[in-house]
Amino acid sequence: MGTPSILWSITKKCFTVGVITLTVSDLFASIVPVRGASMSPTFNPKTNSLFDSLSDDRVLVEKLCLRNYKFSHGDVIVFSSPNNHKEKHVKRIVGLPGDWVGTIYDVVHIPEGHCWVEGDNSASSLDSRSFGPVPLGLVKGRVTHVLWPPHRVGTVDRKTSQNRVSSSSSASKF
Amino acid sequence: MRQWKIIAKEAMARASIIGKFLCLLHVTDAYVLSSNHVLGPSMLPTLNITGDVVLVEHLSHRLGKLGSGDLVLVRSPLDPKKTLTKRIVAMEGDKVTFSLDPTRSHSSRSLVVPKGHVWIQGDNLYVSRDSRHFGPLPYGLIEGKVFMRVWPPSSFGLLGE
Repeated sequence: MGTPSILWSITKKCFTVGVITLTVSDLFASIVPVRGASMSPTFNPKTNSLFDSLSDDRVLVEKLCLRNYKFSHGDVIVFSSPNNHKEKHVKRIVGLPGDWVGTIYDVVHIPEGHCWVEGDNSASSLDSRSFGPVPLGLVKGRVTHVLWPPHRVGTVDRKTSQNRVSSSSSASKF
Repeated sequence: MRQWKIIAKEAMARASIIGKFLCLLHVTDAYVLSSNHVLGPSMLPTLNITGDVVLVEHLSHRLGKLGSGDLVLVRSPLDPKKTLTKRIVAMEGDKVTFSLDPTRSHSSRSLVVPKGHVWIQGDNLYVSRDSRHFGPLPYGLIEGKVFMRVWPPSSFGLLGE
């Protein structure tokens, strides 16, 4: 007799919590696990070949940067892969629109609205050196803090490599 | 003292209802249905130059149910703050043949749309800046499918081809 109304109120509560969580994670910040060693030693510094999901780093991704898409050199961002929109990657911005970035073979000009991303662990990172500049519209957030494991909790700093990037923008700050 | 407590409690209850409503509004706008004001000549004669209000649904592109001929709202690869409305001409794996400037020459180029990308073009090929200029568009930049026009009232109705 009372069970339909209890079920209904539980459903309503779950729905409300779900909607609020989705909104907060879309507009403010969310917590994501980082898989792989492409950002070692910043994330996942231990290079086990077998990563169990409990030992992956968890990071805080802020979404407020998506209001005006203003990024700086050295920001770590989360973006959808240009080749597969269902995959998300975590890499560091090395070049902003208008920059010239030096790779092994040539110097690439970053077009308007795009950025050049690279993993901190150059040896095992699939990044802009393979799939080219990434449109800024694919960026889903900026990583600000490491939240897990507890002994490495802290802010994620900006790291720039001045010797490879020629920046034309005077607004770059670090 | 007790009056302030009652007032504060009621204010919190009202604020939480408004907060929950705004969250529902955001989820509907981003994941279900939203409206968009479209301007510009690049989609003539389908869309007017002076501006139409269209309804955009955000379900098809998440379910992978988009195909050639669909009108889509995409984030511009040249400026992430702008959105464009264009038509999908080819999906990944398809071969697309196009000429950069239909007025100038009859020469055309062909290429195969790479994995994870689509080829978009405006219906008005003479003034549209689309995949013919900035290349194949990553699927992740698609925001939704335009399916209906609601303003101006004289052109109210479903859109599509």
